[in-house]
Amino acid sequence: MTPAIAPIGLGSYLVVSAALLVLGVLGIFLNRKNIIIILMSMELILLAANLNFVAFSSAHADLSGQVMVLFVLTIAAAEAAIGLAIVTVYFRNRGSIQVEDVTMMKG
Amino acid sequence: MNAMSVNWILALPEITLALAGLVILVFGVLQRPGKGIGACTVLSIAAFVGCAVLVALSPDGAAYAGTFVNDSFARFMKILVLLGGLVALLLTVSYRTDERAPLPFETAVLILFSTVGAMIMASSANLMTLFVGLELSSLSIYILAALERDDVLSSEAGLKYFVLGSLASGLLLYGMSLVYGYAGTMEYSGLIAAIQQTTALPVGLMVGLVFLVVGLCFKLSVVPFHMWTPDVYQGAPTPVTAYMAGAPKFATFALLLRVMSGPFGAMAPRWQILIETLSILSMVYGALAAIPQTNIKRLMAYSSIGHMGYALMGLAAASTNGVRATLVYLAAYLVMNAGVFAVITAMRRKGREVTSLADLSGLGRTDPGLAAALAVFMFSMVGAPPLAGFFGKLMVFAAAWQSGLYVLVGIGALSSVIGAYYYLRVVKVMYFDASAERLDQPARSLVFVSGSMGLATVFFVLALGPLMALARQAALALGG
Repeated sequence: MTPAIAPIGLGSYLVVSAALLVLGVLGIFLNRKNIIIILMSMELILLAANLNFVAFSSAHADLSGQVMVLFVLTIAAAEAAIGLAIVTVYFRNRGSIQVEDVTMMKG
Repeated sequence: MNAMSVNWILALPEITLALAGLVILVFGVLQRPGKGIGACTVLSIAAFVGCAVLVALSPDGAAYAGTFVNDSFARFMKILVLLGGLVALLLTVSYRTDERAPLPFETAVLILFSTVGAMIMASSANLMTLFVGLELSSLSIYILAALERDDVLSSEAGLKYFVLGSLASGLLLYGMSLVYGYAGTMEYSGLIAAIQQTTALPVGLMVGLVFLVVGLCFKLSVVPFHMWTPDVYQGAPTPVTAYMAGAPKFATFALLLRVMSGPFGAMAPRWQILIETLSILSMVYGALAAIPQTNIKRLMAYSSIGHMGYALMGLAAASTNGVRATLVYLAAYLVMNAGVFAVITAMRRKGREVTSLADLSGLGRTDPGLAAALAVFMFSMVGAPPLAGFFGKLMVFAAAWQSGLYVLVGIGALSSVIGAYYYLRVVKVMYFDASAERLDQPARSLVFVSGSMGLATVFFVLALGPLMALARQAALALGG
C-alpha cells in the first residue's frame, strides 16, 4: 500500500531545524528581559540539533543518530535543572533575574 | 580476552574514579552538616592518585564498539587533567579561613566528576563520547562556579558561565548533527574514510566543522569566544578558578587535537587559516586587554586567553611536531598556572581573601618566599629562559616556523613582548612598591603547592627530555 500523502523530504526537516536554531540564537542575543527566556531559547537550540539527528538517522537508515538524541535529551534535562538552580541562587542574592541586571562585574 | 573484559580494562580509570565519586558523595552526606569537606577532599585526592596510576598502567586499544579509545595521547592528556584536578583539590583544602561556613563537601565531588568528564573527552573516538564527556565536565563546572551561594559575584559568574556555556554546547551539538548528516557516521574512523573518499567536500560538512570548532573554542576561551572568561574567573571561588584554568582546557585541547588531526586531518589546508586567525586574535587580545586590569584573577583570565592562543599555534602548524609542541606547552602551562593560583589563594588578610594587585605591594619584603614563587611564575609566563614557559613557547614557535607560518610566529613573538609588560608589572608591585599591610601566613598546603610548582617551573629543563619523548609518542599515536 502506498502512503496517501507524499513523504516529506530530508530538506524540509533541515530547514525547520535551521529555523529553530536561528530562533534560539536570536532569543539569547536579542532578549534583554528575562533569564528564563534564555533557558527556553537554549532548549530550542538543542531541539534543533535533535531534529537534525533524527532526520539524518532516518535518511541514512543508521540508528546511531537516534541513540544520540536519547543522550542529548537526558543531558538537556540535567542542564535545565542546573540552570534553574543557578537562577534561583542568583535571584536570592540579587533580587532580580532581569538580563540587564547581570552586570556586577565588568571590564 | 573477550570484548566485555576489554571494555572494563580500558575504561578502568574512569570507572574507578566515577565509582569513587559516588562513594565519596554518600560518605559526605553521612557527615555532620558543614563538616565533610576536609575528609571528602582527602578521599578525592587519594582517588585521583590511584586513578593516575591506573591511567599510567592502562593498555592501548578501543572499547565500547569503538566509541572509547585509549592510546598514548589519551594517557598523556589524562595525566595532565588529573594533575590539574589534583592541584585544585589541594587548594580547596585550606580555602576557607574566616568565620563563614566552609565550602560544601560537594566541591570535591564535583571537581572529581568534572575530571571524569574531562578524561572521557581525552579518550573519545566518537562524536557521542565527545559530547557526553564535554557535558559531564561542563555541567559540574557550572555548579562549581556558583558555589558561594551567599556571594552575588559567584552566582553571577555561575549564571554567565551557564548561559554562554550552554549556548556553546548547543552550537557544538548542531555542528555535530551536520557532520553526522553529511558523513553518515559519528565514529572518527568512519569520518576519516568519508572525508578521504569525497573529492568535493559538501558545504554542510564545512559548516558543521566550523560550528564544532566554535563550540570547542568557546570552552577554551579563545578570542572571539572569550567574553565570559574574565567575569567567571573573577567571580568563582579561587580553587574553582584554578580548576577551570587547567583541567577542562587540557581536555578540550585533547578533543580539538584529536578531531582536527584525525577525522578532519585531510582537510587541514582549509581549517589551518581558521585556527591561525583564532590564535593571533587570542595572543594579541590577551596581551593588550590585560594591561589595565587591577584584579589579579581577572589578569589571570586574560593571561589564560593569551596562553590558549600560543597553544593553538601548535595546532595551526598541523604537523606531528605541532601536536608535540602543544602538548609540551600545555604541560608547562599546567605547572605555572597551578603555582600562580596557589599564590592567589594564599592572598588573605585577617582570613578574608583579597584579590587586587595593590594587595601584593611590598610582598617581596613582607613574605619573600611567596613573592619569589610568584615572580618565578610571572617570568615563566613571559617566557624567560630557562623557566618552563620558555620551552613551551620555543617549541610552538619552532613548529609553526617549520610549517611556514612566519606571520603567526612574528605576531606571537610581538605579543609576548607586550604581555611581558603586565606580567612584570606584578613583579614590580611586589618588589618596588611601598609595603601594604602584611598578608596572613599561608596555609601549609598552599606553601606545598606553590613551592613544588615553583621548583617544577625552575627545573622544567631537567624533565624536558622525557617529557618531549612522551609528547612525541602521543603525537605519533594521533597520526597527525
